[in-house]
Amino acid sequence: MRLRWPIGLALILAATVIFGSENLVQFSDESLRIRYQVLITELRCPKCQNQNLADSNSPISYDLREEIQRMLEQKKTDSEIKYHLTSRYSEFILYRPELNRTTYLLWGSPVVILLIGLLVALRLNRRNAAEVVSSGETEIANESRLAQLLESEEDEK
Amino acid sequence: MNRVALFLPLALFAVLTVVLLLGLDKDPTELPSALVGEPFPTFSLPSLSDATQILDEQDLFGEVVLVNVWATWCFACRIEHAMVNQLAEQGVKVVGLNYKDNREAAIDWLKERGDPYTFSIFDEQGRLGIDLGVYGAPETYLLDATGTIRHRRVGVVDDRVWNSEFRDLYAQLMDEKR
Repeated sequence: MRLRWPIGLALILAATVIFGSENLVQFSDESLRIRYQVLITELRCPKCQNQNLADSNSPISYDLREEIQRMLEQKKTDSEIKYHLTSRYSEFILYRPELNRTTYLLWGSPVVILLIGLLVALRLNRRNAAEVVSSGETEIANESRLAQLLESEEDEK
Repeated sequence: MNRVALFLPLALFAVLTVVLLLGLDKDPTELPSALVGEPFPTFSLPSLSDATQILDEQDLFGEVVLVNVWATWCFACRIEHAMVNQLAEQGVKVVGLNYKDNREAAIDWLKERGDPYTFSIFDEQGRLGIDLGVYGAPETYLLDATGTIRHRRVGVVDDRVWNSEFRDLYAQLMDEKR
């Protein structure tokens, strides 16, 4: 009776091993596995709206992972693999798009927006500085006027 | 100068509104076609009806042909099938690409619903599908007589799609062939 729960736990754990092993990908060289992981996280599932190949369960992602594995074993370079896939599935599948005519705006806009922001910050800063100077001037004017008033008051006494 | 600068945020807002409004009309599930204007990929695959008969890209050349990607597991293909039958009746040469399917089920399917295909390529592993950039059935490709892909449609081809995307191009390609 007492032994029941450890046995149950062991069975559950054994099940995770069995189900987990189903997805193991075999490579002839472990360095390929690292590149494989990078590629499938950087490439996008064409069927899904926003999932990479690593996360997606769709049949097409499964096929494309297999295709990438096959190409890695054929000693193709990362850029060759990416080219192979973009020439079929278009640049849609690259989560990090190449820099070209259609993506200048995409890559350039953060820089442009940053520059605009800096420009605005600079101008605001300058204006504030000018205001501090002018308010400093009025302060001096006020003080001299106050002194004058106080003086005239004392005279009247 | 200052007056004009005051309207700058409004102008920016107007531009952004127009850009975003245009974006609303786009279908985000539709991928740009990488293969339009390219030759049909090479392949060597068995015919659906006869496993011993090996087909290749040469079998598609020489005539204007519609390549229709279909499968028995694909629900939208059932809806599309009547239209494909109708096109075949009108004399359009349609070749089937049976994609990641079961041979017996596919043969039964054609017996039941009619076979509009001159022949069907049996792509059990989906390798030709990958070479074509297929990401979901049904898909339809229009090839000219030289075997160049001239148009691609992802999703169901119905009357509306045929008339707006295929009909004129098909007629033009038929003229080019003559």
